[in-house]
Amino acid sequence: MTEPILKINHLSKSFGNHEILRDIDFNVYKGDVTSIIGMSGSGKSTLLRCINLLETPTSGDIIFNGENITSGAMSPTTYRAKVGMVFQSFNLFANMTVLENCMAGQIKVLKKSKDEARACALHYLDQVGMAPYINAKPRQISGGQKQRVAIARALAMSPEVLLFDEPTSALDPEMVGEVLSVMKKLANDGMTMLVVTHEMAFAHDISSKVVFMNKGVICEEGSPYELFGNPKKQETKDFLARFIER
Amino acid sequence: MERIIDLGHDMARIWAQYYPAYMTGVRNTLILAFIATLAGGIIGFICGILNTIPYSKNDPAVKRGFIAFIRAIVRIYVEFFRGTPMVLQAVFIFYGLPYFTFNKVQFTGNSGIWIASLIIVSINTGAYMAESVRGGILSIDRGQTEGAMAIGMNHIQTMTSVIMPQALRNIMPQVANNFIINIKDTSVMFIIGFMDLFAQHRNIVGINYAFFPSAAIEMLIYLAMTFTASCLLRFIEKRMDGNDNYELVLADIATAAGNYNFPNKGTPFDEQNREVAHMENEERINSEYVAENHFISQTPSAEQTETIGKGAQ
Repeated sequence: MTEPILKINHLSKSFGNHEILRDIDFNVYKGDVTSIIGMSGSGKSTLLRCINLLETPTSGDIIFNGENITSGAMSPTTYRAKVGMVFQSFNLFANMTVLENCMAGQIKVLKKSKDEARACALHYLDQVGMAPYINAKPRQISGGQKQRVAIARALAMSPEVLLFDEPTSALDPEMVGEVLSVMKKLANDGMTMLVVTHEMAFAHDISSKVVFMNKGVICEEGSPYELFGNPKKQETKDFLARFIER
Repeated sequence: MERIIDLGHDMARIWAQYYPAYMTGVRNTLILAFIATLAGGIIGFICGILNTIPYSKNDPAVKRGFIAFIRAIVRIYVEFFRGTPMVLQAVFIFYGLPYFTFNKVQFTGNSGIWIASLIIVSINTGAYMAESVRGGILSIDRGQTEGAMAIGMNHIQTMTSVIMPQALRNIMPQVANNFIINIKDTSVMFIIGFMDLFAQHRNIVGINYAFFPSAAIEMLIYLAMTFTASCLLRFIEKRMDGNDNYELVLADIATAAGNYNFPNKGTPFDEQNREVAHMENEERINSEYVAENHFISQTPSAEQTETIGKGAQ
């Protein structure tokens, strides 16, 4: 039995009296592409932010490669360096060029030499098709391009898991494709990914597992074939019906 | 009209006679204002970083208490130095320190006056800058901090390499403001005997009683200094914004990327493919052998990587 790379145990999160996540349990194995789908406000993004410790869980554990992250045994910065995150709003550093964006973490956090960081950054920028734009500032490129740079920035840290928080939601429709195709390529190459998304086609075609969240709990999970083809819960059916109607 | 011509004559006469004194004043004023603004800016940035150290409810009480203590100190510093006149602060420090230390700490001679003036104006500017910097930090989108945290940067790294450079750009108009205010307000340092431009005026009119012509000269000089400073800082702001265009790079990328041979591990791209992932899934039930074998065959050998590098060259 292979150990899961990421194990979420009874995770809960409240903001004040408002309970966003309740008793979330699931495992991520190496090479898995897990899609998290659900209505807006169902806690998908909060779950992802908790996994990257951008939000502190109210209770529950996150076990990463057998180490408990929430207990404080591993410092959050060390952990975050190993778990990449791609945001809905890109969050590229506005004061740096595309290349510098991909080098900063390697130099500051991984303590790589400048040359090494540069070569690695160029490698990944090339992979996402952004190599010609290394001298551009984030404000000078389009949304789809920004998101591809953000993916390269995350990859340059050689993460073990990559989290995507609605990576295409802030994009114009014609740019969604370019980002999804990069993600598809990553998935095919065996990257372990956890994707919060509204792109049902992507979830259906690419993921090895789909998690449907509703009102802060995991309502149903399974292979895309099971969940999309033969949903068991009524909530899942309602949610999927709404997407198919459109 | 006649009076204006007369004034011109008087000013020319006094300038001709005393211009070395005025120029010394200009030099002293500019040096003091420049260094104090710079030092004040640094103090402001340090206060800004200290003021924004994050903490959560889960942190131990000691850490939270310490952070609260630091914030209180910064707050007291800002409120005190922003809330009292610089003239009084000058007197307070220049005479107060020797008073409390029974003359063990003294500002003696010309260098003593310089040191005291630099300290006072810097601390004063720092108090104003602390608030400007705080505003500058608050103006930066929260996503920038999250982006930096997500790649594993700590607070100091996030601040120095992501937030502060952007905050600095945003508060440049404030820095310019402070520099100009310092050029003018260092004049109150005459109270502890600092020989700035205004102090020269007091000396000169003490000899010849030509109050108005000398004041007119001073006015012109101050205006010239502040206007130059203002233009210079506008120029610096423009430089900080950088070029609006960027060049597409097509040539050397392939070489550089191809030469990178991933010393410790392969890339996530070649580490494992989809097929293998499936195999591993099955392997949880089945045997370990198949996946293991595939894994090895997927990783490029050192030889392969080298050829790729050479090919690209």
